[in-house]
Amino acid sequence: MSDLIRKSASEQAELLRTGQVSSVELTQAHLDRTAAVDGDVHSYLHVGPEAALAAAADIDRRRAAGEQLHQLAGLPIAVKDNLTTTDAPTTSGSKILEGWVPPYDATVVAKLRAAGMPILGKTNLDEFAMGSSTEFSAYGPSKNPWDLGRIPGGSGGGSSSVVASFQAPLAIGSDTGGSIRYPAFVTGTVGAKPTYGAVSRYGLIALASSLDQVGPVSRNVLDSALLQDVIAGHDPHDSTSLPESLGSMAEAAKKLDVKGMRIGVIKQLNGEGFAAGVSARFNESLQLLQQAGAEIVEVDCPSFEYAIAAYYLILPAEASSNLAKFDSVRFGLRVTPEGTPTIERVMAATREAGFGPEVKRRIILGTYALSSGYYDAYYGSAQKVRTLIQRDFDAAFAKADVLVSPTAPSVAFKFGEKLDDPLAMYLNDIATIPANLAGIPGIAVPNGLAEENMPSGIQFLAPAREDARLYQVGATLEKLHEDVWGKRMIDFAPELQEAR
Amino acid sequence: MAKDELMNYEKALEQFEVVIGLEVHVELNTNTKMFCGCRNEFGNEPNTNVCPICIGLPGSLPAVNKKAVESSIKIGLQLGCEIAPNGRFARKNYFYPDLAKNFQTSQFDEPIAFEGALDVEVPSGKVFTIQIERAHMEEDAGKLTHVGGSTGRIQGAEYSLVDYNRAGVPLVEIVTKPVYGAGAEAPELAAAYVRLIREIVKSMNVSDARMERGNVRCDANVSLRPHGQEKLGTRTETKNVNSLRSIERAVRYEIQRQAALLAKGVAITQETRHWHEDKGATSSGRPKSDADDYRYFPEPDLVPVQPSKAWIEEIRATLPENPADRRKRVQAEWGFADLEFRDVVNAGLLDQIEETVKAGAKPQAARKWWTGELARIANTQDQDVTDLEISGAYVAELAGLVEAGKINDRLAREVLTFVLAGEGSPAQVVAARGLEVVSDDGALIAAIEAALAKQPDVLDAIREGRMQAAGAVIGAVMQAMKGSADAGRVRELLIEMANK
Ligand SMILES: [Zn+2]
Repeated sequence: MSDLIRKSASEQAELLRTGQVSSVELTQAHLDRTAAVDGDVHSYLHVGPEAALAAAADIDRRRAAGEQLHQLAGLPIAVKDNLTTTDAPTTSGSKILEGWVPPYDATVVAKLRAAGMPILGKTNLDEFAMGSSTEFSAYGPSKNPWDLGRIPGGSGGGSSSVVASFQAPLAIGSDTGGSIRYPAFVTGTVGAKPTYGAVSRYGLIALASSLDQVGPVSRNVLDSALLQDVIAGHDPHDSTSLPESLGSMAEAAKKLDVKGMRIGVIKQLNGEGFAAGVSARFNESLQLLQQAGAEIVEVDCPSFEYAIAAYYLILPAEASSNLAKFDSVRFGLRVTPEGTPTIERVMAATREAGFGPEVKRRIILGTYALSSGYYDAYYGSAQKVRTLIQRDFDAAFAKADVLVSPTAPSVAFKFGEKLDDPLAMYLNDIATIPANLAGIPGIAVPNGLAEENMPSGIQFLAPAREDARLYQVGATLEKLHEDVWGKRMIDFAPELQEAR
Repeated sequence: MAKDELMNYEKALEQFEVVIGLEVHVELNTNTKMFCGCRNEFGNEPNTNVCPICIGLPGSLPAVNKKAVESSIKIGLQLGCEIAPNGRFARKNYFYPDLAKNFQTSQFDEPIAFEGALDVEVPSGKVFTIQIERAHMEEDAGKLTHVGGSTGRIQGAEYSLVDYNRAGVPLVEIVTKPVYGAGAEAPELAAAYVRLIREIVKSMNVSDARMERGNVRCDANVSLRPHGQEKLGTRTETKNVNSLRSIERAVRYEIQRQAALLAKGVAITQETRHWHEDKGATSSGRPKSDADDYRYFPEPDLVPVQPSKAWIEEIRATLPENPADRRKRVQAEWGFADLEFRDVVNAGLLDQIEETVKAGAKPQAARKWWTGELARIANTQDQDVTDLEISGAYVAELAGLVEAGKINDRLAREVLTFVLAGEGSPAQVVAARGLEVVSDDGALIAAIEAALAKQPDVLDAIREGRMQAAGAVIGAVMQAMKGSADAGRVRELLIEMANK
């Protein structure tokens, strides 16, 4: 493996800016790595060398011509396959969209292109982002680079594994209940879910519109901050996008200081239910932060008890409606049943063949939850819980500047372990879901190895629009840990076998 | 289609009380669609005014057209409604191929306007106050064309074509509360109500209001109950009534059909019915129950519409005077007798006459042309007089030509047919076709003298004051000059000659 691709995104960008490496060289080095390891890791559903190299060559030309370029120009990136791209198929991990090439770019993708970042390919995910392991991808799971027998997290296991295996310095993810943060946790990488509305959802194939948020995936905190700065901002195409700028995340990530910061430990997301190793790493992190001058307090969020229940009503309800458009009429798969092919029968046959089991499960759940006679008991009650959770956060943020918890209860599980037990699978998201329900930002930062030498991590949460706090405290903790370890978290990962 | 048994109308009204309810869809004439930037235009090539949003491609998101909101507020205010300070959109979920997302973005429990009232005058002169329950915003569906069947309906068709040009066109649906007490005049009231709605939306220029293009569409609910019974009868909803005349006929038909069934003890099926203008009958559509489950829930992709008080007042200040006030004012200005004025209102000709008077015509002349000859022509063409391709300015010009003696009534009628055929203004037609009446006294005198030679006693009779004797000469002159003589001038010349 070339040393070049082991460098952080910000280091690679610096080499580009100073002319020590060209974008074509850097892009090619990552494509070579993909050729060598992705047969095993399976981060990508689609790799686009031609488009990536053409974009890289264009940036090199413009740089040579002395053009003023974006600070990340020429730095290649991988994009989760639920964001539309005009030059690559977009499947959202589903058979129902196999081969579909969208006629428009997602706003986030357009921003990456505008910044001059070559898109290496589209990363794997659980079908329509429904899952925690990528085992529900219609195209097979991605693997955890730390142990190929384990899940890379989900739904964004393609994006987490692609940066963890050095196939890309950065990736784009989407987080509906933890789909960026949980994969970061299990792969020893960093992932952030920005404030709801901070990043445009236009072109993101919706799972649950009121919960979905696009965000950065990287190997360190500063890199995620740099990427959030590229993709954030108001978009008139997304009515729910925030009108105001949240400021520079990269600046925040450079303030390595937590003196006087009040850090609230969420009582309900600590101790019981969390693996011993994960809890031990969590307490060590708290200790480091305290030693660096932070004040650790405890906060009580009693309504979190109902978060998963509310989430698994709101999400399927919205998803059942969002996924109704997949009907074979205008795009995607069309299955014509035998006999008289009426429109109803063609739609039914297409959806039967095109959707996987988890998608069907959630469509049925959501359809039921919205049905008249059940609406108030299910969807209505879930919305009330959502309000209660927001109130818990309001009260907690009156006592603390940021909140913390372990990102998830336990380290990466083995393939197949939870496949037949949806409830056990859903519990992986217990710590990440409340942020989505409240629309607040969260970041997952690795904090060492726990059970079976697998990565563990910590999650910081901040009030809406205060994403900068997360990058500041996240980067500080990362530095404190690296000082103790004498190396970066990702350097603990075993070398992958390179195919030749 | 089986022929329905109908009860004699008078008999039906003796036995039953009629209750009607009207849902009027008004297509707004905004430049762009409700949720995207596509042109809102009628008659373009199929599927040319479309984009990822209005054909519901994965990843696309709606954004509300502010102009459509403004138009909706105008309509609400003019109907005397309250405007909701916080109106949410909702999703109405059902699968149909003309619905790109398989849900319609509409308003459910939070309409933009609610609780209004409208005074509607029927041809007898009676005024009914119709209570408006709500006016809400929604998007139109695409247009389906069923090919290969004999009926043009989806059943039996070989295939169907979808044109999404209309998908996403902004609609305002105006819903009345049940209307009681109209009795035998219920059909006229229904038509008069829709006519008034058309007048209102046209006067504010928020809709082209052309019924034959579907700009204004009416669904008529009809139910009967025995006199004195409190419980409402089962209602039917007749769709596809796209002219004022059809509304009247359809309501009358439903009254007679339902009465015949009820009299035989047969229960009315709650269903939608289709109006067939050619057959003058309704046919059964699909059963409709109050439990139709559209799984409404708040549209998570849109933020609530929150018109400020200031904006609403700003809009209110721009409203044209309300139709009732306007009627009172123009009747007084024009000096029309009640019956004359009622004819004008019932024909929907207020705008036309106002425009004609503004262009310089005398009110009575304007009325005479519009309710007379123009209405007659429209009737022979099975058209609404308001849809004739002639401006008030042209009618005023025509009346002016008659008044100046340039043409007489008979010639004016001829000129009118050429104007309607697109040959230009009345003056242009008269010039081009040489239709001017002969006002050259020389030619007239020659003709009068020729006539007098045959009837020498006439001049004496006139001198003795027996003016009726002049008639025979005038008739002879007109005949000799093939109608191109000005009868008034002939009379004047005769008197002059007698008094010489
Ligand atoms: Zn459009």
